[in-house]
Amino acid sequence: MSLHTDVTSPHHYHKVVDCQWACPAHTNVPEYLRLIAQGRYTESYLLNRESNVFPGILGRTCDRPCEPACRRVRVDGKPVAICRLKRVAADLRDDVTPYLPKAPAVRNGKRVALIGAGPASLTVANDLLPIGYEVVIYEKNERAGGLMRFNIPAFRLPESVLNEETQCIIDMGAEVRYSTTVESLKSLLDEGYDAVFVGSGAPRGKELDIPGRWDPGARDKIHIGIEWLGSVHFGHIDKIAPKVLIIGVGNTAMDCCRTSRRLGGVDTKVVARRSRPYFKASPWELEDAEEEGIHIIENHAPKRFVIEGGKLVGMEFERLEWTEANGRQTSTVIDTVTIPCDEVILAIGQDNAFPWIERDIGINFDKWDMPVVDKTTMECSLPGVFFGGDSAWGPQNIIWAVEHGHQAAISIDQHCQGLSVAERPPQGMHLASTKMGMHSWAYSNDFNPSSRATMNHAELVKRFSKISVEVELGFTPEQTATEVERCLNCDVETHFTASLCIECDACVDVCPVNCLTIAPVAESEAELRTRLSAPAENLAQDLYVSEALPQTRRLMVKDEDICLHCGLCAERCPTAAWDMQKFALVIPYAFAPSDTTIPVTV
Amino acid sequence: MTSITKPPVRHPGLPKNALGFTVRDYEGAMSTLCAGCGHDSVTAALVLACWELALPPHRAAKMSGIGCSSKTTAYFMKQSHGFNSVHGRMPSVTSGANAANRDLHYIGISGDGDSLSIGLGQLSHAIRRNVRMLYLIDNNGVYGLTKGQFSASADIGSTSKKGEANLQPPIDPVLLALTLGATFVARSFSGDKAQLVPILKAGIMHNGLALVDIISPCVTFNDHEGSTKSYKFTREHEVELVAADFVPLRREVIAPETDAAVSVVTMHDGSTVRFRRTPEGYDPTDREAAYAHVRACQQRNEVATGLLFIDEHGQDMHAVSKTVEMPLVELPYEQLCPGNGALQKLMEGFR
Ligand SMILES: Cc1cc2nc3c(=O)[nH]c(=O)nc-3n(C[C@H](O)[C@H](O)[C@H](O)COP(=O)(O)OP(=O)(O)OC[C@H]3O[C@@H](n4cnc5c(N)ncnc54)[C@H](O)[C@@H]3O)c2cc1C
Ligand SMILES: Cc1ncc(C[n+]2csc(CCOP(=O)(O)OP(=O)(O)O)c2C)c(N)n1
Ligand code: SF4
Ligand code: SF4
Ligand code: SF4
Ligand SMILES: [Mg+2]
Repeated sequence: MSLHTDVTSPHHYHKVVDCQWACPAHTNVPEYLRLIAQGRYTESYLLNRESNVFPGILGRTCDRPCEPACRRVRVDGKPVAICRLKRVAADLRDDVTPYLPKAPAVRNGKRVALIGAGPASLTVANDLLPIGYEVVIYEKNERAGGLMRFNIPAFRLPESVLNEETQCIIDMGAEVRYSTTVESLKSLLDEGYDAVFVGSGAPRGKELDIPGRWDPGARDKIHIGIEWLGSVHFGHIDKIAPKVLIIGVGNTAMDCCRTSRRLGGVDTKVVARRSRPYFKASPWELEDAEEEGIHIIENHAPKRFVIEGGKLVGMEFERLEWTEANGRQTSTVIDTVTIPCDEVILAIGQDNAFPWIERDIGINFDKWDMPVVDKTTMECSLPGVFFGGDSAWGPQNIIWAVEHGHQAAISIDQHCQGLSVAERPPQGMHLASTKMGMHSWAYSNDFNPSSRATMNHAELVKRFSKISVEVELGFTPEQTATEVERCLNCDVETHFTASLCIECDACVDVCPVNCLTIAPVAESEAELRTRLSAPAENLAQDLYVSEALPQTRRLMVKDEDICLHCGLCAERCPTAAWDMQKFALVIPYAFAPSDTTIPVTV
Repeated sequence: MTSITKPPVRHPGLPKNALGFTVRDYEGAMSTLCAGCGHDSVTAALVLACWELALPPHRAAKMSGIGCSSKTTAYFMKQSHGFNSVHGRMPSVTSGANAANRDLHYIGISGDGDSLSIGLGQLSHAIRRNVRMLYLIDNNGVYGLTKGQFSASADIGSTSKKGEANLQPPIDPVLLALTLGATFVARSFSGDKAQLVPILKAGIMHNGLALVDIISPCVTFNDHEGSTKSYKFTREHEVELVAADFVPLRREVIAPETDAAVSVVTMHDGSTVRFRRTPEGYDPTDREAAYAHVRACQQRNEVATGLLFIDEHGQDMHAVSKTVEMPLVELPYEQLCPGNGALQKLMEGFR
């Protein structure tokens, strides 16, 4: 069996770009960071927009799966501040309207209905409008944006940013029917659309049916998190009593507690069943909440609402102790405590609900009453009906909604063209040398030892004065300049040509992180891993294995794990067998299908 | 970006030696040699050897003359002592340093030009004196630093980059050292760390002058077709005569996998060199046999490599001169320089 790594298809090199690989929409992070470094904010923004559609929104709110994946974590513990640098590009760019795709004068005659105007549907519209589709969006509310608008509080996401990034899509020529709830999918289908996309989200907050929940004295003081945030957004609620308990410790809970703090909940506590390592909220969300004086209580399971004199006065919890036995966590109750409170907000998750989808129109639902949706095509069992975003598999996040939208748009286009939706357009790649001359590369290859920039926050008094005061102030120009240099340029790949190698060992010797080994032929990758210059124990990271080297038939092996992309191997290679080549993944979109993918010869 | 220095970041899984250092702590300045130069691999092998021996860097002195090879003392163990002497004078400068401080480990790095032309007399006498040191000749067959003239180690018929053949017979430092009574003689190849590192370790621990001739290709001036010191030629003609492992004292002995008989030479401090895969009748402690074997290989157009000869009973310079055990640098001044009275008394003895 040949262990030789195939680098003629994008897989290996794409995986080396950890952030891009981890991003559901495969945003070309290193390239946009370099554009920021060069002050080319508009180009950086547009590059972002191509894959993630909402750079300004995501630069403030993204779940950032790219950051834990960032190579810099493995190198010195802290990822590049990828997400907040995206915001820098969005904040400092020029007007991008002239560069945005526009709908062609002549439409292609196909009509598509999108249900909901959240990020999933808007992405579908964004991808289909420029290629001539007529897009009709049905939205229950009177504004677009979905949960991004009604639930994500303005102190995290300013309305102006949201407006601009949603409106520019609608301005491409979508017809939005605001304040129009789709009550029956069947009748919508009867209107003769060529395809329908369900982007209606996961609109129902979970209940906590424990004693006292429906007591007349308590009922109005107990709120469902996402509904409560919606009411705050619409101005139906503008204050809360001082003592507030938030049940749950996910993303919604974090927004609830911080909003509560701003509306008068001076003593707001978040109560979690589990201990901190198991919290669903991201570490930075927890930090931000705690900075605002929110107290987070671990290992408390809600037992009942305490009502005295016809009034909610507190909640009773069981204090738990968790133990782990063969991978499973079990809890034992230590005792019972009562925490006093005036109001309670339940933030323990969301459910999907499709009362408006008839069960007899050919859409299969599973045992959890969720539609059965294909993971790659986003199509359900009824051809021509597609799902995406939270409606597909339950609550996720904006960036996943965007990616679902892209894939659904490709499927819709193929469906409307009479092609098989299962046949996906392939990804392509570009690979180009960055060598400029002796010791000179087209990227900044010097390792920058700076530590990760910390976000500047508005002062607490200022924050609490008005709910729309944005907490994060963004990076200073100096912070930006340093932070972009922390990026290791993982997309500048170490590209190897075995036939050129004279096995002088120069690359092996110079590599600061012992990535390289010239190893004898091995039977398996596992065997190779034991023979390298430094232990290659991170199995999540691939090895690059060359073809047999000309002089001794041994193999050049590279452990991709912590390569710094410093280019020293290529600098010290006398024959340019190693070269630093910039890799660019070509992602197919509905508006730019597979004919734009460039097969490379290497 | 111009040439950068090696970033301080290192692999988190790098092991530490007995002193708590990783191999990267034994590095020096960034090399300015041509990319792919064999000398850089020799440096890397030295870094490994010193790290594996857990040599305290401040107890070593790096000595050199002039040449690309001689520049390499800057590229490892930045914390160590060092002296970059004039062309060909490394052996005598090292003799002097060793005379003054016998407790340091001396690592002398020279080239075929530095040692076999201008410094040939110096090399010969350092061998005769048996100065306790590791003496490396980074042998590339040319004067690299002065742009590739043939050196005294160039083989007859080996061609220059422009195609001109060398007509003068070569000096083989291994044969030379064997005739001059060297007590440790080895030959290796910069492209074979598996062989080179144990030899370097044994050489550093040897009680006397350890001469290691290392074929170290000059990628710029002597790595072409027609060269007998190129990577390709060396790989095609190298014959590992003896494979040796160095086992330091106070280390659990894990015998390397081998089916051949292992012969063991014990060094002065109790460390051992274990020989495996020696050809029939080869005894690395027999000077005549070693000489004969190397000659025989040469006649077959082969390059004999390995730890070819070792004699752990030889007396080093200090033993021969009967100097005091304590390094002269540490002797109290009154003892080192007992004054005119003592001198006169000594002179009396010669009258
Ligand atoms: C409090 C909170 C905070 C969050 N914070 C973040 C965050 O910081 N970062 C992040 O990435 N994600 C966050 N999320 C998750 C994120 O908002 C969602 O995953 C994302 O908005 C899902 O997009 P979507 O397009 O699938 O649906 P949604 O955004 O839910 O949009 C669905 C739209 O469909 C409309 N609709 C529903 N049913 C119908 C119908 N029958 N007819 C017509 N219209 C209908 C709704 O009104 C809504 O506008 C948060 C979620 C919550 C609840
Ligand atoms: C006294 C003196 N004579 C001549 C020179 C010129 N010179 C510098 S390096 C060198 C030869 C170096 O050859 P070698 O020792 O083989 O080193 P390499 O560069 O090949 O590693 C010569 C002749 C000099 N520096 N000093
Ligand atoms: S770019 Fe080359 S030298 Fe630098 S860390 Fe990666 S493999 Fe090592
Ligand atoms: S530096 Fe270049 S020629 Fe030398 S071993 Fe590495 S890849 Fe091969
Ligand atoms: S000239 Fe030759 S010996 Fe000198 S550094 Fe370059 S390759 Fe090495
Ligand atoms: Mg030379």
